Amino acid sequence: MANLALIEAINLALASEMARDPDVVVLGEDIGRNGGVFRATVGLLDKFGADRVIDTPLAETLVAAMAIGLSTQGIKPVAEIQFSGFLYPCVDQVVNHATRYRNRTRGRLSCPLVIRAPNGGGIHAPEHHSESLETTFAQMPGIRVVCPSNPARAYGLLLAAIRDPDPVVFLEPTRCYRLFKQPVEDNGEALPLDTCFIDREGSDITLVSWGAMMHDTRLAADKLAEEGISAEVIDVATLKPLDMDTILASVAKTGRCVIVQEAPRAYGPASEIAANLAEHGLLSLFAPVLRVSGYDTVMPLAKQELNYIPDVSRILREVRKVFEIAPKA
Amino acid sequence: MTSENPATTQVAAFAIGYTQYLDAEGHVRAPLPAFARDAAALREMYRTMTMVRAFDRKAVALQRTGQLGTYAACLGQEAVGTAIGLTLRHDDVYIPAYREYAANMLRGVPLQNVLLYWGGDERGMQFPEGTPSHNDFPFSVPIATHIPHAVGVAYAFKLRKQDRVVLASCGDGATSKGDFYEAISSAKVWNLPVVFLVSNNQWAISLPSSRQTGAQTFAQKAFAGGLHGEQCDGNDVIATREVLARAIERARSGGGPSLIEAVTYRLHDHTTADDARRYRSEDEVKAAWERCPIKRLKAHLVAQHGWSEADEVALNDEATANAEKIAQAFLAMPPDQPSAIFDSLYAKLPRQYEWQRDEVVAAGPKGGHH
Ligand SMILES: [Mg+2]
Repeated sequence: MANLALIEAINLALASEMARDPDVVVLGEDIGRNGGVFRATVGLLDKFGADRVIDTPLAETLVAAMAIGLSTQGIKPVAEIQFSGFLYPCVDQVVNHATRYRNRTRGRLSCPLVIRAPNGGGIHAPEHHSESLETTFAQMPGIRVVCPSNPARAYGLLLAAIRDPDPVVFLEPTRCYRLFKQPVEDNGEALPLDTCFIDREGSDITLVSWGAMMHDTRLAADKLAEEGISAEVIDVATLKPLDMDTILASVAKTGRCVIVQEAPRAYGPASEIAANLAEHGLLSLFAPVLRVSGYDTVMPLAKQELNYIPDVSRILREVRKVFEIAPKA
Repeated sequence: MTSENPATTQVAAFAIGYTQYLDAEGHVRAPLPAFARDAAALREMYRTMTMVRAFDRKAVALQRTGQLGTYAACLGQEAVGTAIGLTLRHDDVYIPAYREYAANMLRGVPLQNVLLYWGGDERGMQFPEGTPSHNDFPFSVPIATHIPHAVGVAYAFKLRKQDRVVLASCGDGATSKGDFYEAISSAKVWNLPVVFLVSNNQWAISLPSSRQTGAQTFAQKAFAGGLHGEQCDGNDVIATREVLARAIERARSGGGPSLIEAVTYRLHDHTTADDARRYRSEDEVKAAWERCPIKRLKAHLVAQHGWSEADEVALNDEATANAEKIAQAFLAMPPDQPSAIFDSLYAKLPRQYEWQRDEVVAAGPKGGHH
């Protein structure tokens, strides 16, 4: 079993599924000979040829629209957008067409496509490279939004995304592309696209996160363990559709919950999860559900990005508030 | 264009052809292509345009009497849709904007589907299996966003080594949008089997085509992407069919993409929610009626193929009766199930949204007026 970084697991999933299914193609800017700006598609051109590894002109609307056209014909395109801030030109195509073709033709046409993009900050990239876009896509009907948090899940979730018969926006944690390695087996097994993962079990508090923030959330849980606090950590992974069952079951057990997201606070997935906990889990709670999040400001350039992105200390601060309100018995 | 500067040489030059066989009076201006020398084929084109015009009139009447939602009439543009419908092959794909009803009809869409759609029912775009239209795209209301889908569809044909062609049509207004440019700029990169058709009806709601762009023609935009580009008289069904047939043949035989501008005129308001009298003169519209595609083909049929007044009356009666039948079929359509708003959202509705569908089903049907 190979020890892989997350970006290598993405590459492995693409190569694996392209070998298995001749209808899978990848497309995007600089993904061919160059292997992608983050190297996600390295080696694919030589293995599968230029017909299936499509270097597109520099036009993000076209990349999304072309994926839509391909997918209506039963091709399974995996489109890459180089940086999260360049996803915005795709929004029109995704919300007005990719998510709607099945519905507006009453099932006659459909869009089994994947749009992959790096998501979030922390790598000192230029402007428009570090935004967190899960909120933008997760509020669209007819879509799936996936934010993997480690190499093994990135592999299995990407396979699932490619095989899914509906459009999937796959937002990869830029900061974790090469942050750590993990054994990943190329077993061709997809992971579910509607279920959270219990990253570690615990009994005193539920920490909920996804994508890059899972890394800090795990570190926060380590720190809490040193203090004798047992945190259950949930990796949401698929933000849409959201698996509240797993989160509610955990909170029923722990009675406390902190949700961690890098995206701006207002109207984000953390708010959606907190609202669902208020509706369906209020009686299990010993304390209010608290959120740790990015701020409602423009994603700062590199010098100030650490002032924006939540970290372990900000997570611990909110956790401590919870235990102040509802101390461990 | 040669410069006075001796250091400057001409590296490329472009020219736009304009094709017209029948002028506004129906006079033959050039030797007709083979299909247009066949009286039966001409009568069939005339019949199609007449049937669609009667349908269009009925649709507007339904809207005016509160039986249909906002409707975009195709009055004056019947030749373009007819030419599209007659030139695409069964297994080709048509990606329309929303006004070429003749093309939809010829590809097997029952016209009550068009009424269903404008009446607010998604089933209108559920084109019937076994017809060419089953592969076609639904109407696309957000302007130009559908055009780059043709690049993906054409790429799929090329990838699978199929000799199929995709045709995407749009209006003059759509040519101002980035989606249009991204499509035409990329199609030749892969030499794709695609035809882009700009139905230039002179107006984008209230903006005349002269203010849509500073370019002399819309066809010349083809050159920006390295496509074949030409213009035809979009009110001459023979010219439009001939030019489209050549573009489709070019695409099918590996000659790559084309951009065709069909010059026509929107005789009606933009939609039934619009009043064109606010922004264009009665004189302009009156002059445009003189260039009507149906009028000129009739003149040709009368002059050359013995079309009689009795033929005309019989056809008009048939077209009116057909439009009435379509309207009745539309009005008799039972409303869709409330659950339908969820049933085609995903291949399988995620369990997370089942309660919402259940709630809609339990609440029972609401509204349902046209
Ligand atoms: Mg127009």
